[in-house]
Amino acid sequence: MIVAKNVHKSFGHLEVLRGIDLHVKEQEVVVIIGPSGSGKSTFLRCLNLLEEPTSGEIIIDGMCLTDKTSDINKIRQNVGMVFQRFNLFPHKTALENITLAPIKVKGLTENEAIAIARDLLGKVGLQDKESSYPDQLSGGQQQRVAIARALAMKPKVMLFDEPTSALDPEMVGEVLAVMKDLARDGMTMVVVTHEMGFAREVGDRVLFIDEGKVIEEGTPEQIFGNPQNERTRSFLNKIL
Amino acid sequence: MELLQIWKDALPVLMVGLKLTIQLTVLAVFFGSIIGLFVGLGKMSRIPLIKIPSVVYVEFFRGSPLLVQIFLIYFGLSQVLGHSVDKFWSSVAVLSLNSGAYCAEIFRAGIQSIERGQMEAARSLGMTHTQAMRYVILPQAFKRVIPPLGNEFIAMLKDTSLVSVIGLVELARSGQLIVSTTYNAFQIWFLVAIFYIVLTVLISEFFVNRMERRLQAGDRS
Ligand SMILES: Nc1ncnc2c1ncn2[C@@H]1O[C@H](COP(=O)(O)OP(=O)(O)OP(=O)(O)O)[C@@H](O)[C@H]1O
Ligand SMILES: [Mg+2]
Repeated sequence: MIVAKNVHKSFGHLEVLRGIDLHVKEQEVVVIIGPSGSGKSTFLRCLNLLEEPTSGEIIIDGMCLTDKTSDINKIRQNVGMVFQRFNLFPHKTALENITLAPIKVKGLTENEAIAIARDLLGKVGLQDKESSYPDQLSGGQQQRVAIARALAMKPKVMLFDEPTSALDPEMVGEVLAVMKDLARDGMTMVVVTHEMGFAREVGDRVLFIDEGKVIEEGTPEQIFGNPQNERTRSFLNKIL
Repeated sequence: MELLQIWKDALPVLMVGLKLTIQLTVLAVFFGSIIGLFVGLGKMSRIPLIKIPSVVYVEFFRGSPLLVQIFLIYFGLSQVLGHSVDKFWSSVAVLSLNSGAYCAEIFRAGIQSIERGQMEAARSLGMTHTQAMRYVILPQAFKRVIPPLGNEFIAMLKDTSLVSVIGLVELARSGQLIVSTTYNAFQIWFLVAIFYIVLTVLISEFFVNRMERRLQAGDRS
């Protein structure tokens, strides 16, 4: 579903990604961990071209992102993204946040989009919040709306960049629960997170990235239970 | 009372000047903000053919005195066209162009003040840059530019007095005309000042406070 080959990314002289390879199968959930500044967000953002890789190849669902001739807006519809800071549209209600792109990008009628949005709000447990504005919602609720907003485009892949790290601890659970449901329903997911419980429970594979490279890769049991690399061990010691 | 009599006598002439001042201000701000929106967007463009003219335009109209611009456009247009141009429309043009340069900066700052994550969220949903601007960035930016646009409106009100140099009798010039025949300088200039102040207060009340409140009624933050 996702193939990334030898992805490099530099900001000026700073080489942030130094050749990352990743293959994600359909319905697979891949968790990325690593120290701050290691390039996790940058890599994730390359997967929907919010950052353009300096070199390398990225193919999602058979479409090559790094090919200059491909229609990036079309590809992005297939790749949902959830941000650390939610990034809901503050001038729109929860429902409008979700319906905007389906109406404007996919050309759905308002009624079709609203039906989809209500259904998704129900799935994330917020059916009674459809006319609330983002600043009337808690962080956890905002993030659940943001997930529903991404899902409304019916993406084939969902990317999550530390979706719970801007949340108060008591709200982390509700967002993770939504993500677990999503994984159970067979969504292909790449998740940057330090929630080890989540990684163990739903992650099929864990990647440890440091200094722009994949240092170690394996099942959650292997990585958390028996890390082979010294850097992985010292990182896990710090965060566990 | 003598003062009231002086004011009463001056009123008909002042009202004519006042009307012209209001017309000039409203038209200049109206066209100026439309110009400003597009030039502001132009300044942020990555296409040199759009960006460079926008930058030059803003630098020209912000970098030279309005007085010079008024002469330049009025006499310049007359020479180029070979006949004298309408003073009123020539003034509207130069004031609009001048205001447009300031509005461009206001819009640019307003758009750039919107968090980068908003554009990224919109683009990640598959919106084009134009769609993201139109549905996500600009509606939020408009709200933020209302207070500075109100200030620009007030500045323009006062700047309209400069077009008296090409012979338009707006509020300040009408005061001057009365003074030159009646010699009641203090009484008249005082009244003229009050007129400007009342207009300024009205603008900030209606166009700033009210619009701000109305736009904030629907959506916060
Ligand atoms: N737009 C940019 N311009 C310049 N440098 C950048 C840019 N974006 C990221 N960087 C740099 O790239 C490096 C990797 O950043 P990135 O955000 O990918 O790290 P991360 O692994 O997500 O870290 P964190 O856990 O703190 O989110 C950092 O040194 C950062 O300063
Ligand atoms: Mg990050």
